[in-house]
Amino acid sequence: MFAYIVRRVLYAIPILIGVNVITFALFFVVNKPDDMARMHLGMKHVQQENIDKWKQSHGYHKPLFYNSEPESGGAFTDTIFYTKSVRLFAFDFGNADDGRNITRDIQQRMWPSLAIAIPVFIAGILLNITFALIMAFFRATYVDYLGVVLCVILMSVSTLFYIIGGQYLISKLLHLVPISGYSADIETATKFLILPVIIGVIGGIGSGTRWYRTIFLEEINKDYVRTARSKGLAERVVLFRHVLRNALVPILTGVVAVIPLLFMGSLILESFFGIPGLGSYTIDAIQSQDFAIVRAMVFLGSVLYIIGLILTDISYTMVDPRIRLGAATV
Amino acid sequence: MLQFWFRVSLSILSVVVFAGCKESTWNNPYPAQDAAANILYSSFDERPKHMDPAQSYSSNEIAFTGQIYEPPLQYHFLKRPYQIIPLAAAAVPKAIYYNKQDEALPDNAPVNDIAYTIYEIKIQQGVNYQPHPAFAKNEKNEALYLNLTPEEIARKFKLSDFAQTGTRELVANDFVYQIKRLAHPRLHSPIYGLMTGYIDGLQKFGDELRRADTKLKKKEGDEVFLNLNIYDLSGVKAIDRYTYSIKIKGKYPQFLYWLAMPFFAPIPPEADEFYSQPGMEKKNISLDWYPVGTGPYMLTENNPNLQMIMERNPNFRGETYPAAGEPGDKDAGFLEDAGKPIPFIDKVIYSLEKEDIPSWNKFLQGYYDASGISSDSFDQAINFNNQGEAGLSDAMREKGIQLITATGTSTFYMGFNMRDSVVGGESESARKVRQAIAIAVDYEERISIFLNGRGIPAQGPIPPGIFGYREAEAGINPYVYEWVDGKPQRKSIDAAKKLLAEAGYPNGRDARSGKPLILFFDTPASGPDAKARLDWLRKQFNKLNIQLEIRSTDYNRFQDKMLKGTAQMFEWGWNADYPDPENFLFLLYGPNAKMEKNGENAANYSNKEFDALFERMKNMLNGPERQKLIDQMVEIARRDSPWLWGLHPQNFALYHQWHFNSKPNLMANNTMKYKRLDPELRAKLREEWNQPNLMPLYIVGGVLVAGLLPAMFSYRRKNRAKGVAA
Repeated sequence: MFAYIVRRVLYAIPILIGVNVITFALFFVVNKPDDMARMHLGMKHVQQENIDKWKQSHGYHKPLFYNSEPESGGAFTDTIFYTKSVRLFAFDFGNADDGRNITRDIQQRMWPSLAIAIPVFIAGILLNITFALIMAFFRATYVDYLGVVLCVILMSVSTLFYIIGGQYLISKLLHLVPISGYSADIETATKFLILPVIIGVIGGIGSGTRWYRTIFLEEINKDYVRTARSKGLAERVVLFRHVLRNALVPILTGVVAVIPLLFMGSLILESFFGIPGLGSYTIDAIQSQDFAIVRAMVFLGSVLYIIGLILTDISYTMVDPRIRLGAATV
Repeated sequence: MLQFWFRVSLSILSVVVFAGCKESTWNNPYPAQDAAANILYSSFDERPKHMDPAQSYSSNEIAFTGQIYEPPLQYHFLKRPYQIIPLAAAAVPKAIYYNKQDEALPDNAPVNDIAYTIYEIKIQQGVNYQPHPAFAKNEKNEALYLNLTPEEIARKFKLSDFAQTGTRELVANDFVYQIKRLAHPRLHSPIYGLMTGYIDGLQKFGDELRRADTKLKKKEGDEVFLNLNIYDLSGVKAIDRYTYSIKIKGKYPQFLYWLAMPFFAPIPPEADEFYSQPGMEKKNISLDWYPVGTGPYMLTENNPNLQMIMERNPNFRGETYPAAGEPGDKDAGFLEDAGKPIPFIDKVIYSLEKEDIPSWNKFLQGYYDASGISSDSFDQAINFNNQGEAGLSDAMREKGIQLITATGTSTFYMGFNMRDSVVGGESESARKVRQAIAIAVDYEERISIFLNGRGIPAQGPIPPGIFGYREAEAGINPYVYEWVDGKPQRKSIDAAKKLLAEAGYPNGRDARSGKPLILFFDTPASGPDAKARLDWLRKQFNKLNIQLEIRSTDYNRFQDKMLKGTAQMFEWGWNADYPDPENFLFLLYGPNAKMEKNGENAANYSNKEFDALFERMKNMLNGPERQKLIDQMVEIARRDSPWLWGLHPQNFALYHQWHFNSKPNLMANNTMKYKRLDPELRAKLREEWNQPNLMPLYIVGGVLVAGLLPAMFSYRRKNRAKGVAA
C-alpha cells in the first residue's frame, strides 16, 4: 500500500502543475495586471504612475510566461508565472495582493467553516443512512412511498429557500436562535450554529437518503441477505450488520473524498449566517481580482481533492478485504 | 476528542433545554451581560482592506479610520453649508501666498501672480496617542518592542500579545511623517499621484525614496525598515514641536478639504518602525491591520470576517458636542447635547453581514441600532403619501423607528463619448441628438421604478448641498425641462423628435441614407436586475425610434474601452471628495479627459470656453463672482449635453428610538463621537420584541410522533412475525 500511496503522490505533481497553469492562464485571460492594480487602488484619482508602482511592488510588472529581455534573471524564471507559482509547492502562499498573509487568513477562517461542515457532514450521513435503512426496511409500504415523495420535495427546494425560510420561521417569528452571527466560544457558538447545521442537514437529506436507499435496495435482494434472514436474524441486525457493511464501498466513494474539502466551507450558508469561514474566500478574491488568493485556494483545493481520493482508495481496503491497492492488474 | 464532542453535545442540549432559563431572549446574538451596556451595534457588508490612512479611501474603510485618526481639520457636524473647523489643529490654517521672488502677496492677489502657497498649521498641545506597544518603554526609557528578535516575534500573533503599551504626545513631525508616507514606495496611496501636482517636492521625494528603497532592499532584504525621517521633503517641514508647514504649488484653496481627510492624519514614526520589524507582516501585524491614532476611538478587535470593535480611547484629549447648528437643529433635537463632552458611546461593534435579509431582520429585532433600506425591504419600511413624499410604514412607526433622508452629494449620469463620430463632437447635429436623447430618457420614471423614488433627477453636474447648485426655476435645465405649475416638467417626446429631425435623423432614420440610427451602450452591468434596467433604457430610446444596442462586458474590458475611448455611451458616477463645485466641474474639464490622460472626465468632453471658465473658477473662494462663473459653465455644459445629467441619489436611513444625534453629514467621516444611545430603553424593548415562542415546535413534534407511530407498530409486528416476507 505504501508504494501505491507514493505513486499516487508522484502522480499528483503533474496534476498540480497542470491545475496551476490552467488557473494562471484563465485568470490572466480575464484580468490584466493593470486591471488588478486599478481594482486594488480604487476608482478615483488613479494615475498610470500609481498603477506601475503597484505592479512593480507586487511583481506583476514582469511578462506572464516568457521573458525575452536579455537583462532578465531568466527567460522562464523571471516571469509572473514562475515567481508566483514556485513557492506554492512549498505551501508558502505568501501575501494577498492587499498585503494580508494568506496562510494566516486560512488558519483563522478554516475553524468556523469546520464548525458547520463537520456537524453537517456527520449528522447528514447518520440521518441519511438511517432514513434510507428505514425506507428500505419498510420498502413498498406507505412509509417508503411517503419517504420517497418527501425526498423528492426536499431535493427540489433550493438551499436558499431553507436558509431564508429557516431564518424567518425559527429566528424571526419564533425568536429561538439568533438570525446570524458566530462566536469562537463553544458554549455560545452552539446557539449560532444550531440553525445553519439543521438547515445544512435538511438541505442534503433528500438527495442523500434517496441515493443510500437505492444502494440498500440493491443489496437487500442479494443472496447473503436471504441467508442471514433464514438464520433467523432480526431485520434490524440484517440491515445494520450485513446490508450496511456490504453497501459501504459505494457510500465511501461519495463520502471520504469530500472529507478533506470540508474546511473549504459553504458559500451560501456562511454568507447568510455571518459565519467567518472560508466559504466566500475564493469568490471574494475572484471579485477583487486578488490572484494571490485565487491561486493559493485553487492549489489547496486540488491538493485536498487528491488527498481525498487517496483516502477513498485506502478506505476501500479497510471495509472490503478483497480489495488490494497496487496489486497487478490482469 | 471524545471529550470535545461530549462538550458540544452538552452545549446543544443546554441551548435547547436551558436557554430559556439563562436569558429571557434566546435570539440575542450578543452576550447577556451587555444587554444594557452603552454599545452601538452596526454592520458592514464588505471587509475593509486598508486601515492605514495613507492607503484607505473607500467609504467602508473611512468609517473606521475616521473615528481613530485625527487629521488637522474636520467638518462641522451640524452647520450647512459644510464648514471646515479645526480637529487636531489649533485653528484652520490661513493660506499665505507668495510670488516667484518669495514675496508675500495679499489674499486677493491674482492667481497668475501666485507661485506658491504656504499653510502653516499649529496643532493642539497635550494630545496623546491611544495606548500602543510601539510606545512602550522600559525603566531606562528605552523602547521595549522596537528591536525584537525573530524568536520574540515568532511568539506574537496579534497586537494584544504585546503585554506592555505606552503613549506619547502628538507632535508636528508626526503629520510631516504621514505626508511623506503618501510617497512610500511600498505603500500605494491613491492620492499620491494627485498630490504630486500640488505638494511642492513630493514627486522628487517619491523618486528619491524609490531609489533608496531599491538599494536598501538589495543590501538588507525585502523586509528592511525604510526610515522616512532621514529623507527631506522640501515642501513639508516641521517648524517646531507643534507647528508644521505645507508648501503648495500655485493656489489650491481646496487643499483645506484634503486636510480634513485621514490621508493627512498623524502617524508616529515609531509605530511604522514597530510594524516594519521582519516577521510582523506575515502575521498581519501591520499598520494596515492595527491603526494607531489620537481619535476618540481605537480599534480593539480587527476580525473583518466577523466583527470589528472600536472602544473609547482612554487617552482621548476630550472634545465637546457643538453648541450651534443650522436653523431647525434645535427643534429636531440635534442640540440637546450641546457643550457636553464627547464621545457618548463606550464601544462600537460592527458585525459582518453580507446579506441584506439577516441584517434587516436583526434591525427589526433591535439588535442593530440603525439600518439602511434595501429594495427587498423597502415596501415594508416606507409608504408614499398622495404628494409622493416618503414616510414610514405603520409597522415601523409602531416600533418608534425614525426615518432620516438626505440627498447625496453624488451624481450618477449617462455619458456620451464626445470623441465618437455619431454622438460626440461639437457639431450642431450631434448636439441636437444628445439633447433629444436627454429629453427621451425619463429619469423620473427610472427613479420611481428602480430606486423606489430614492433620488432626484439631476439638472446639471452639481448636486444639492454643494456651492453652485441652484434651486427651483433658476436651477432647471432648460434643454430638457420646462417650469410648469411651480415644478420642473420634462419636455414632450415631440420636442425630442423635432430635435432629432433637425439633427438629420427624422423618425430615428438617417435622412441621407435612410438607415435607422443605431447607438451603442457599453455597460459592465449583468444579472436580472441589470437586465430589467437595460430593457427599460432600450424603451426610452425606442420613443425616438433609435435602436439601442447593449454591449455588456466585464468590468475590466469596460475600463479598457473607457480608457481607449471606444465606448459610445456609458453610465458613470461620482461621489464628492469635498463640498466644492470644482470637485464636480472638473469631471468635464478638457485636460482631465479619461482617454489619453487617464483623468476623471469620462465623456472626454472638451470645450475651450468651459475650460477657460473652469481655470478661473477653480481657485476662487465661494461668492457671487464664483457663482456667476459656475452658472456660465453649467449653461455651456447643459447646451452641449455631454451627459444625460442623470440623478442624485437620496439616502434613506432608519434609526431606532434609542438612537440620538443622527443628523446626516455626508462629508464628515468622524461622526461616531456625536452619536448617543439610551441602552436601558433598548434593553427593555429588545426583551419585549423577542420573547421565544415554542408552541409551534411542540405541535410539529407531536405531528411527527403521531405519524411515526404506525411505522413503529408495523416494525414491532414485523420483528415478531415468524417468517420473513419475500
